[in-house]
Amino acid sequence: MNKIVSAEFLATDIKRFVIEAPKIAAKRKAGQFVIVRIDDKGERIPLTIADSDPQKGTITIIVQGIGKTTKTINSLESGDFFLDVVGPLGKPSHIENFGTAVSIGGGVGTAIAFPTAVALKQAGNHTIVINGARTKDLVILEEELKNVSDEVYITTDDGSYGYHGFVTQKLKELIDGGKQIDFVLAIGPIPMMKAVAETTRPFGIKTVVSLNPVMVDGTGMCGGCRATVDNQTVFVCVDGPEFDAHKVDFDLLTKRNRTYNRNEKESLENHLCNFDKAFNEALAAEPINR
Amino acid sequence: MPEQAPLERNQNFLEVNLGFTEELAKMEAQRCLQCPKPVCVAGCPVGVQIRDFIQLVSEGDFLGAAAKIKSDNALPAVCGRVCPQEEQCEAKCVVGVKHEPVAIGRLERFVSDFEREKIGIRTPDIKPKTGRKVAVIGSGPAGLSCAGDLIQLGHDVTVFEALHEIGGVLIYGIPEFRLPKSIVKAEVDALKSLGVEFRTNAVVGFTDTIDELLSDGYSAVFIAVGAGLPYFMSIPGENYNGVYSANEFLTRVNLMKAYRFPEYDTPVFDCKDKNVAVFGGGNTAMDAVRTAKRLGAKNAYIMYRRSEKEMPARLEEVHHAKQEGVEFVFLTNPLEFIGDENGWLRGVKLQKMELGEPDASGRRRPVPIPGSEYITDLDMAVIAIGNGSNPIIKKTTPDLSYNKRGNIIVDESTMKTNKKGVFAGGDIVTGGATVILAMGAGRTAAKAIDTYLTNSETW
Repeated sequence: MNKIVSAEFLATDIKRFVIEAPKIAAKRKAGQFVIVRIDDKGERIPLTIADSDPQKGTITIIVQGIGKTTKTINSLESGDFFLDVVGPLGKPSHIENFGTAVSIGGGVGTAIAFPTAVALKQAGNHTIVINGARTKDLVILEEELKNVSDEVYITTDDGSYGYHGFVTQKLKELIDGGKQIDFVLAIGPIPMMKAVAETTRPFGIKTVVSLNPVMVDGTGMCGGCRATVDNQTVFVCVDGPEFDAHKVDFDLLTKRNRTYNRNEKESLENHLCNFDKAFNEALAAEPINR
Repeated sequence: MPEQAPLERNQNFLEVNLGFTEELAKMEAQRCLQCPKPVCVAGCPVGVQIRDFIQLVSEGDFLGAAAKIKSDNALPAVCGRVCPQEEQCEAKCVVGVKHEPVAIGRLERFVSDFEREKIGIRTPDIKPKTGRKVAVIGSGPAGLSCAGDLIQLGHDVTVFEALHEIGGVLIYGIPEFRLPKSIVKAEVDALKSLGVEFRTNAVVGFTDTIDELLSDGYSAVFIAVGAGLPYFMSIPGENYNGVYSANEFLTRVNLMKAYRFPEYDTPVFDCKDKNVAVFGGGNTAMDAVRTAKRLGAKNAYIMYRRSEKEMPARLEEVHHAKQEGVEFVFLTNPLEFIGDENGWLRGVKLQKMELGEPDASGRRRPVPIPGSEYITDLDMAVIAIGNGSNPIIKKTTPDLSYNKRGNIIVDESTMKTNKKGVFAGGDIVTGGATVILAMGAGRTAAKAIDTYLTNSETW
């Protein structure tokens, strides 16, 4: 059992949790993840560790409520518990002083890219952050990112805030403007990571992405998280999660991530249905106030 | 032994075997010749005093028989269900020369179930506390048997488990219908009552390293992390949706209870009215195919590249699978998986084989028959051809010696590794093997750890 020390929404459906996990807090490095389970019927889902405080023995995770499990997580509050938190898992990010490093986060990927941006800065890089969101309300961690990087660009798809356009357009502008870029990290939805890879490929800029396949155990036992990188099968949980973006088969990853779409829909509908039922029952039991 | 009717049980996940009655058990025990030199014992990797416990069964002293087994085997209710007795004790049984051998496994199962159901599992006496602490990494058969022996010898034992439940392959791998999880839990609870401490969600290597454990008060470490990365076949199409490793398929169904989705949150491929093929011929393959049948598969196939004779699975599992409607396709090897534009598995290209000369394993090598290729419709495939080694210990403990497959090299008489205070056993040493061999390794290690701890840690 791991207690939630604090829980706050950063944007609609995106919530930040600080959780007691002293061993993980002491060990974790940028790029690593945990697997969590909320109750004894729950599934195991991987979440990147966004931050940690070894002194307080806490880790930070940021969750976007999409399916049943993530929506249920996002209903948890400070003082509630996760049943299981295991980690730190996966290989840490490869950090070195590349020169100028761009860290690109799309949506909740911004949170996932955050610790690596910090580590890149600490390693002496001139760090540029491009933080993309669909719309202004979904922009997260702007202040935190400004504190840890040399340049921050916010992009919104609808132009409601910052640069009007996609993260790749901003990246291309920087490259075309003559900026020497030595390293790019991109974390976010698969189409975004694929687009970043295609943007940097012609320029031969070293580009790394963090993959987010379906996982079960997360320790190299089940093989469910396999992906194709450089025409080889890899197990993302132990070989990754970060890989050379120019060698990842993104189309395969997209297809594999759809394996359980139907089940997830069923699970969510079932969940919402039960929620409605409980709500209506509670309402019916409430004495009518005349 | 009485069992659920095949066409009833292939619709449910309840245990197939129903167990002996007291009368049947006594009758079976009376078939034992009580040999002056019991050769059956030599066939048992943990040396259970088979003749003596069977004598007690024939006298109706079932609790005495249970205690007799327990002095050599920490998990009798498990072993009575999953040991390959026909290759071990029962293979040596003198009665078996002319008749059916004495059903040693079923008797073992009967007396341990009898004890658990009548009076609860009794725990043995523990020697005075030594004050020494041992870390056992992995809570599968090797780890549990080692922990059980060490706690009896007076040492403190902490078992570290990466998953959220205790039992390793007994929980995530072997299905409910072959080994009810309540039985594993009862055995684990008995170890807890003896004082064994269990820590779940602890991935040794990441959460703690072996060196940290050694400097954190643990005088010895036993590595029993089991098998790791599942093998695939390196044929085209293996990453289509619907192609699983046996580990993933079974873990989803057994550990995560996907067969009760959406009550439980973890899904698995919906096998209902689908064509499912499991590639492989071992116990894991049988577990996977029988699970698929229970999940409603229209056709559930075992596809194996050798013939029935070479299959490594227990005879009983093969027999049960056949009864339940599993179709066996022998001498057949997949060449390529075929998928649709959305990445879903739709079929498999197969090739017929014939048996050639014996290979290194002593089994006749399967040789492709040219021109025999054909395509079969398939919605789900499970690859059950074994596992490599777990990569996490190797990555985080580079100073241990490993063979080229990544298995830890040990001295087989003591399970000592090349690193002082560190022992290893089970599948991480042998590669994929059986529950009882892992338990045997756990016992050997426990003995050697005890010697190491009492002889002032001379290595």
